[in-house]
Amino acid sequence: MEHKQSPLGYISFSVFAWIVGLLIFFPIFWMVLTSFKSELEAVSIPPSFISFDWTLENYAEVQERSNYFKFALNSIILSVGSTLVGLVFAVTCAWAMAFNPTKRTKDALLWMLSTKMMPPVGVLVPIYLVFRDWGLLDTRFGLIMVLFLINLPIMVWMLYTYFKEIPTDILEAARMDGATLPKEIIFVLLPMAVPGIASTMLLNIILAWNEAFWTLNLTTSDAAPLTAFIASYSSPEGLFWAKLSAASTLAVAPILVIGWFSQKQLVRGLTFGAVK
Amino acid sequence: MSTRASTLTGRIMSAPSIIVLFLWMAVPLGMTIYFSFLRYNLLSPGMEEWIGTLNYEFFLTDPAFFASLANTLLLVGSVLVITVVGGILLGLMLDQPIFGRGILRLLVIAPFFIMPTVNALVWKNLLMDPVSGMFAWIASLLGLPAIDWFTNAPLTSIIIMVSWQWLPFAVLILLTALQSLDRDQKEAAQMDGAGPVAIFFYITLPHLSRAITVVILIETIFLLTVFAEIFVTTGGGPGLATTNIAFLVYTQALLQFDVGGASAGGIVAVILANIVAIFLIRLIGKNLDK
Repeated sequence: MEHKQSPLGYISFSVFAWIVGLLIFFPIFWMVLTSFKSELEAVSIPPSFISFDWTLENYAEVQERSNYFKFALNSIILSVGSTLVGLVFAVTCAWAMAFNPTKRTKDALLWMLSTKMMPPVGVLVPIYLVFRDWGLLDTRFGLIMVLFLINLPIMVWMLYTYFKEIPTDILEAARMDGATLPKEIIFVLLPMAVPGIASTMLLNIILAWNEAFWTLNLTTSDAAPLTAFIASYSSPEGLFWAKLSAASTLAVAPILVIGWFSQKQLVRGLTFGAVK
Repeated sequence: MSTRASTLTGRIMSAPSIIVLFLWMAVPLGMTIYFSFLRYNLLSPGMEEWIGTLNYEFFLTDPAFFASLANTLLLVGSVLVITVVGGILLGLMLDQPIFGRGILRLLVIAPFFIMPTVNALVWKNLLMDPVSGMFAWIASLLGLPAIDWFTNAPLTSIIIMVSWQWLPFAVLILLTALQSLDRDQKEAAQMDGAGPVAIFFYITLPHLSRAITVVILIETIFLLTVFAEIFVTTGGGPGLATTNIAFLVYTQALLQFDVGGASAGGIVAVILANIVAIFLIRLIGKNLDK
């Protein structure tokens, strides 16, 4: 459709595409802009785009009034913690499935996938009761376990598709040279698998950071991450848009950066290798 | 290449993941099934008794169930149509030569990385607020009355927010699929005098069909249980206008403490999701054989 394109066609199509793109991005842009306004200017009509007094006080106030960093720290601990635990399980499992497959490997993989298909409300009640009885409600440990388990199938799948691409000849050559199994994994497999493992980690951090069903239902304050912190703005007092925007901007910024770096791997991870 | 020893190591190494996943899924699911046959309310502990399928009868004949089922289907269906059609159009657009295409692509996929609670509150307050929101201002510029989105069109508002979040997912996947389209085939068709419309319907769309199926199936799984967006904006209301099955189960379990009824609802949700999951798993399983 773009076969013979005139410079004019190129320019006008680019302008059109950028308008569409900016419209889609607008809510994020507007949120960031509002975070630098005073509360009064945030609700002013007509809205001010550039000509307002840029201020950082919302960022300071979010921290002062609500101890923002506690929630941010929880988000970091939960997402990184669940990713690291998941990695230990998923690397060994995917390694075994990719290099020592049995007749049932395919069934096992598909079964793992099927656990991801179960709607969380199907197990909300028992998990909530077990958490209550075992004193796990609102604990970081409990949530790390939940986040680790809900994302484990995705991690195994992603690593499996990466490991499958590693030529097995190299592993056999290492074995011929007398490498033991641990050595084979550490010195031969891991260096080749690092890119795949890295992108699996990034995707998992994104998913855990944004997870908002279990974090909302199983935390109240001590272990609450940013998803729950932002949700507390749903019952506001007084003017709060600028502060909401500042808190939101801080909450999404790190993930936006990670997400932009790992967009290609995202497709592979979220489609379980069905689209590459 | 798998000797007996390596098969054994393979089993041992994959066992931990399989066991923890089994414990995570099968045990709670079994408990949910068991609870769903009990009269079990957290407010009256010790009074649990077996009541057979009564919870299911109550849940399935509750008007709230039909309302929330309709809302769920409307939400899933609308978001699917919007994101798939929008995803194809945006994918085609981003597949063309554009000035600064890499950066533009980043802007388009950005909404996918926004956490659901932020998405919901930014849309509700900064954009859709009937007094000070951006949409109200645009409406006033056009001389139109401002819409009170969450009062007059609550489900539509949720659909818009969720679509915005999932559109980038469809774009990413469809764009990836578009980029693997064989250029020669398209050029050959152009030589033969096929117009852009014919090329789209006879070459591009068939090529995309697999990716579209994947988008539909995966989105459906996630959209069946949209929760956070409803939780922070409408709380399921006004009335039951934005209550979907997931939210209904949540209200019964954690607000009314009706464990039995909520469990029955949870099982209904699992069955609904499984209908979709079967197709998805078959599709991915086929792909695994290649």
